[in-house]
Amino acid sequence: MVTKEQIVRWLERLASVLAENKAYLTDLDSAIGDADHGTNMARGFAKVAEKLVSVADTDIGNILKATGMTLMSSVGGASGPLYGTFFMRGGAVTASREELSVEDLGEMLHAGMQGIQQRGRAIAEDKTMIDAWIPALAAYDTARIAGEDTAAALRRAVAGAEAGMKATIPLQARKGRASYLGERSIGHQDPGATSTYLMLKALLDTLESS
Amino acid sequence: MKKLINAVENVVREQLEGMASAHADVLKVSYEPTFIYRADAPVANKVALISGGGSGHEPMHGGFVGKGMLDAACPGEVFTSPTPDQMYAAGSAVNSGAGVLYIVKNYTGDVLNFEAAAEMLAGEGVPVQSILIDDDAAVKDSLYTAGRRGVGATVITEKITGAAAEAGYDLLQCADLCRKVNTSSRSIGVALTSCIVPAAGKPTFDLGDGEFEFGIGIHGEPGRRRLPMASVDEITEMMASAILDDGVYTRTVREWDQARGEWVDKELVNAPLRSGDGVIAFVNSMGGTPVSELYAMYRKLSGLLDARGIRIARNLIGPYITSLEMQGASITLVKVDDEILKFWDAPVLTPGLRWGV
Repeated sequence: MVTKEQIVRWLERLASVLAENKAYLTDLDSAIGDADHGTNMARGFAKVAEKLVSVADTDIGNILKATGMTLMSSVGGASGPLYGTFFMRGGAVTASREELSVEDLGEMLHAGMQGIQQRGRAIAEDKTMIDAWIPALAAYDTARIAGEDTAAALRRAVAGAEAGMKATIPLQARKGRASYLGERSIGHQDPGATSTYLMLKALLDTLESS
Repeated sequence: MKKLINAVENVVREQLEGMASAHADVLKVSYEPTFIYRADAPVANKVALISGGGSGHEPMHGGFVGKGMLDAACPGEVFTSPTPDQMYAAGSAVNSGAGVLYIVKNYTGDVLNFEAAAEMLAGEGVPVQSILIDDDAAVKDSLYTAGRRGVGATVITEKITGAAAEAGYDLLQCADLCRKVNTSSRSIGVALTSCIVPAAGKPTFDLGDGEFEFGIGIHGEPGRRRLPMASVDEITEMMASAILDDGVYTRTVREWDQARGEWVDKELVNAPLRSGDGVIAFVNSMGGTPVSELYAMYRKLSGLLDARGIRIARNLIGPYITSLEMQGASITLVKVDDEILKFWDAPVLTPGLRWGV
């Protein structure tokens, strides 16, 4: 079970996690992109943290939608619309909810990932954030079907995201600015897959610390 | 880094304030969210043209707002795409009821943000079309990359489509013409030095004194290859060949289908230039290269085109789509027909382009 309060604490934690990882994400991005992923994500989630003050008392759907709208209008680049869409779609399937069961959270994550796929049109092994989302949600689903609770399923999801993130290193990028590098994009970890891992890890850490 | 700036975080805002006060007769600037728009917008019964992208390419796009060209431009931070709230607010502000055409350079960030904005605007019942500009012949294939980048053709399409909108073309006619100009265009760029993004404070890439980068984009992206520095004639010849010897270019782009209310895939094809064709020859400075050197480039280019039987119908020479202070240049060739030439010659009154008025 994930409560509304935990969702709020997750997003707050994410703001500090992304601030701490600003230089790390930007360094990853400068190797194969345009060196702004860390700055953009940190700026976007700082805005989300400000926004949370006025929406924390509403419901999970509304909190996630407000997060999506805020990211959409403050991040820029490709990650703004992608993560913005993730939270807006996730908010649409959790409208007026005060808590999420292991099934509900799975539905939320899947709706969000489908939004990212529709918007960005990336498929597996294009060297994008999708390469972290796909194994993460596959692992989550397997654990959920096996009857594990939310924290246990999320722990598997985080491990899946981490493996997917590391598996982007040998890939040649086929989407985004990194694709122009051709073979020169090989050997670098994708910054978007990395921020996706950090996002799921922050959710797990929130559940485990409460 | 030596730049004429105050605080790095205020660069774009302060430059826009200067622009607004310099060109108050032509344009206005909104800051929350940020967009530049025609002083007389919305213009009754006219299709509204909106473009946008990262700052740092001036005069594009803000300098092309005005009669006969854009109705609004959405600037992002330097080299960072603007966000959908800007594009949506600009669309709402300049739409006369005849609809909005978004002209989008093919960069993943720009494309995704404009797509989100188009959906929002269409959701409000505003007729929307969205055309992608992808003319950079330095990018060879579209299957394993995000496709050709939008560069010099952006300036030409904005001018020609803007004139057509002024002449009363409806939204679908404007979109068709914009698409036609794009699929008639090819560009190639070179860099002699890097640019310096103010927030980064250091050159984006290192380029030795004795070398140049062939096939660059407009943000200091890597090109096709790095080569020993050569003469203007040699470099111009390489650039011209990259355009003239480019074969058929086919790719699938996503356009908004107003009737169905969804994105549809469309296959677009650029045919190679042939003997007998007429072109607009656009020789552009990346910012740091003086116009005199562009003329040296044009001298060689016109000879090369002549030898291939390609006629220069019109030309444009100067800094119009720049990459901050980068030294370098690009060449864009646009195959013309009577419709394109008629709208190229039509009056335009913007800070960046002004003739016939």
